[in-house]
Amino acid sequence: MPLHLENLSLARNGVRYLDRVDATFRRGRLTTVIGRTLAGKTTLLRTLAGLQAPDSGDLKLDGVSIASVPVWKRDVAMVYQQFINYPHLSVLENVAFPLLRRGLKAPEAQLRAEATLAKVGLSGFAARRPSQLSGGQQQRVALARALAREAPILLLDEPLVNLDYKLREQLREEFRGLFAEETKAIVVYTTTEPAEAMMLGDEIVVMHEGRILQVGTPVDVFERPASTAVAEIVNDPPMNILPGAVVDGRIALGSYRLALPAHLSRLAAADYRFGLRATDLHVDPASEIAGSLVFAEISGSETFLHVETAFGPLALQIEGIHDIALGTQVPIGFSTERLFAFAADGALVVAP
Amino acid sequence: MARITLERVGHRYGHAPYALEPFDMVLEDGRSYALLGPSGCGKTTMLNIISGVVRPSEGRILLDDRDVTVVPISGRNVAQVFQFPVIYQSKSVYENLAFPLRCRRWPIARIKARVAEIADLLDLSGRLGKPAWQLTVDEKQLISLGRGLVRDDVAALLMDEPLTVIDPQMKFQLRRKLKAVSQKARHTVIYVTHDQNEAMTFADEILVMSAGKVVQRGTPQELFERPRTTYVGYFIGSPSMNVFDAEIGAGGVMIGGTPIAPGGALPSGLPTSGLRVGIRPEYASLAQPEDSDTLAATVVGVQDHGSVRIVEVAIGTARARLKLGRDIAPPSAQARIRLRRDKLCLFVDDHLIAAGI
Repeated sequence: MPLHLENLSLARNGVRYLDRVDATFRRGRLTTVIGRTLAGKTTLLRTLAGLQAPDSGDLKLDGVSIASVPVWKRDVAMVYQQFINYPHLSVLENVAFPLLRRGLKAPEAQLRAEATLAKVGLSGFAARRPSQLSGGQQQRVALARALAREAPILLLDEPLVNLDYKLREQLREEFRGLFAEETKAIVVYTTTEPAEAMMLGDEIVVMHEGRILQVGTPVDVFERPASTAVAEIVNDPPMNILPGAVVDGRIALGSYRLALPAHLSRLAAADYRFGLRATDLHVDPASEIAGSLVFAEISGSETFLHVETAFGPLALQIEGIHDIALGTQVPIGFSTERLFAFAADGALVVAP
Repeated sequence: MARITLERVGHRYGHAPYALEPFDMVLEDGRSYALLGPSGCGKTTMLNIISGVVRPSEGRILLDDRDVTVVPISGRNVAQVFQFPVIYQSKSVYENLAFPLRCRRWPIARIKARVAEIADLLDLSGRLGKPAWQLTVDEKQLISLGRGLVRDDVAALLMDEPLTVIDPQMKFQLRRKLKAVSQKARHTVIYVTHDQNEAMTFADEILVMSAGKVVQRGTPQELFERPRTTYVGYFIGSPSMNVFDAEIGAGGVMIGGTPIAPGGALPSGLPTSGLRVGIRPEYASLAQPEDSDTLAATVVGVQDHGSVRIVEVAIGTARARLKLGRDIAPPSAQARIRLRRDKLCLFVDDHLIAAGI
């Protein structure tokens, strides 16, 4: 039986943190909630945890409203962005503490805490204080404390955001294994990073300005983003969105006219916003479309080129690390077969 | 701006082992450098030695030709930006930016012109009259940065994880600004960070540090293509470089008995043990039927990252990752893998001896 959110809204000082949110979270599934900062992700988790009461709407666990159940009775485990541990307790005590508070006998709590520490790779660190651990290890302690609880609802609020990228890479993979074993709990995990949302989520919820824009499997959301806003949020760098039109059976982008590819052949003549992923653009010396490089950014093993063109800024993602001087004219190629077409209001019309 | 020379500089705190092992280094005038490494690697110690906060227990430090080893921070003429904004909350943005110049008794007209120039660079022109306390933390950090940049006579601009407090969404904007500003101003910039992406995006050259040593100095591209050690191959790039135990046989370099670059030019005098081959996930691919010298692999898992898929494979006892574009169907169980031989890195005892075979 699932956790239902029904028409949840919450506003403070004129800012809508949650705006008529409906969602369903199921047991044994991990839902990633992706959105930019201030999309309402943290508020959503805090509302699920009972740390914040919605202005209106209801939360139902197995059909029973829990909206008025206070936080200490909800049996929700949470992991935060900051590494929150009890500084005066050992690593083992940090994990065992909530178990003892819930009435487990000391030997049993210790056994379970030890088993959970083993799961997160911290067996050798049980006697240390959190301050003697690295950031990644501290966050593993916080995670172990949440997992050991075996709470029916486990919430993780951007747990990797404060770690450097090697550790993020490593922990993401570990999380995949850990959560695969989590067959009973409802797990909700927020992130701003598309790759993280994709690889961890059984399901993705896309949030923007307090609203849920789309819910679906990672593949669905990535391949058929419901709107330009979703397309921007679930791609890094954000999907390029170019205002254009279909005129006389051709695509008009700025002063360029391009033949309609097969998948767009039935588009009616109208204004559209065309979407192109950064990975679908490449440096093409033969192309007549070019722009000036305003910024080159390295992400892992890729270079993002941000180029100012006649139809606005474009981001290209190219493999490997490249050193290209700012101001260089970059000729840009793409295949029209990779174009998304969105209506003028942003709704998806056709995906490639 | 100045060239910074470190001669046999080393440091230990009390009788502890070296926090920074003695080394020589010249940082050229007008270039930007990142000191990159995990916490405890010695990068902050190195920055503090350059700024004058820490006097090294060994060696000499020169700004251009001037020996400043015993000169305290106040006499070194360096500007610093810290993790957290250090500004005067009650003063206006303008006064904050003007302060370092007033201290140096610049004429008012010159101060005005210089502050306007820096404010323009940082997009702070519209907010010059605002009291600093009214700004967001990002804007405050921009002012800190502006205060570092405003003096045109500093020997170097030192930055210690300046984007720590910045919201991830804003980081992109600030990185961009930082890069543009440092390119334009041609300051000698030293930037400490543990974030590989930040270092590679920002710096002309990176000093990768580990356990008190500079393990490699190079451009981001050099670190990626020719990592001097397997550690750098692991630390730079995502996913990390794949590394296999290898041997030399009749077929040249071999992995598990399979030649991967037959007839390749090998350095002479290769040892018989401790040989390893590294390949970036980007440079390993699914083999086409006509390819020779391919490795048999078993697919262990596929991670869908969206624009790419990371395919984890087992090759003999070794694990490796491939990066496949979304348009390539990931193999289901068995696959043959081709390694780009011009991109192979050959390591002996984890030190690079050849790139491309």
